[in-house]
Amino acid sequence: MTTRKNQATLTAEEKRRFVDALIALKRSGRYDEFVTTHNAFILGDTDNGERTGHRSPSFLPWHRRFLLEFERALQSVDSTVALPYWDWTADRTARSSLWAPDFLGGTGRSRDGRVMDGPFAASTGNWPINVRIDGRTYLRRSLGSAVRQLPTRAEVDSVLAMSTYDMAPWNSASDGFRNHLEGWRGVNLHNRVHVWVGGQMGTGVSPNDPVFWLHHAFVDKLWADWQRLHPNSAYLPAAGTPNVVDLNETMKPWDDTTPAALLDHTPHYTFDAA
Amino acid sequence: MPDITRRHALGAAAALAVTVGAPLTAAAADGHRSHEEHGGHDGHQDLQAFDEVYRGRLIQGHATEGGGHHHGAGYAVFVDGAELHVMRNADGSWISVVSHYSPVPTPRAAARAAVDELQGARLVPFN
Repeated sequence: MTTRKNQATLTAEEKRRFVDALIALKRSGRYDEFVTTHNAFILGDTDNGERTGHRSPSFLPWHRRFLLEFERALQSVDSTVALPYWDWTADRTARSSLWAPDFLGGTGRSRDGRVMDGPFAASTGNWPINVRIDGRTYLRRSLGSAVRQLPTRAEVDSVLAMSTYDMAPWNSASDGFRNHLEGWRGVNLHNRVHVWVGGQMGTGVSPNDPVFWLHHAFVDKLWADWQRLHPNSAYLPAAGTPNVVDLNETMKPWDDTTPAALLDHTPHYTFDAA
Repeated sequence: MPDITRRHALGAAAALAVTVGAPLTAAAADGHRSHEEHGGHDGHQDLQAFDEVYRGRLIQGHATEGGGHHHGAGYAVFVDGAELHVMRNADGSWISVVSHYSPVPTPRAAARAAVDELQGARLVPFN
């Protein structure tokens, strides 16, 4: 059984195995397929049209399945690896061990945002940015420059307190838990973290930065936390909503799973702590 | 993934249209500045065309015919002639693929944010 752990608690051995599996996936070309898929949905999901991966109720189950696919790919390289999560309410500065050279490496240099240390620095030759929207082929970050503060635990708790999963019009204008967690409305959780990291993480090709997976693993954990807080609150909408993935409708690009099939994470993985 | 394939195909078509259309767009903007005063077809102030040099980059934007842009923005933005994928949010704010998680009020603001983020790099045609 896969146990997803807080990144801050990983041993040196666990960090090394996770990094090595990422680099192996990158070398094989499989990593970049995930970046391509994500960007296709970023470009295609619109507030007034079809929307699946983002700005819609299926933001959470879509990313749950996307991370499961990615985690299974990592485990095909090293079966001991699980996706760690980054609790950005706790590890909220560029001095966190997350950004140390033995894990993800640090922020970018001021001149061009280029990450200069760690396993994903361009100078290693192991991490070419191939799926990109501009000419730059090196990993970039600008931790804490576009927005100063990561969300606080109090802000997270204020969103977890929202008892309605999602609401019409089921997009970036919605009230309810999903859109406040996604961040288009209110205190802004998920979106703000992308902006805080900067570089490719602020763009449609955000999975180019390995921290994408740790960020989304924590967003996914917050969904599980919300379910435990609101056992009588269901995924919405239930049925018959144009352009939106209802509870029992299949999701692209897999077309073989529904939000209903992904509500319970425990058949696939558990977390290290509640 | 048939839908992604379709999106790719449409993206490639849009990229071709950009290659052909960008010089015409620039010429039209130069020759008919009064368009900027009239704004977009629906009269929204933020759908006005624009054409300026910002931090050394030519940025342009204009409403697209019939809102036929394949992702439904109804508006196209260019940086040095290469199309920047932009999207309008339900509340009227805008994002681009370069600055996807940080809405700004207008397409011009999205173009300027993209120039800030690009730090001189060229845009790759989206697909």
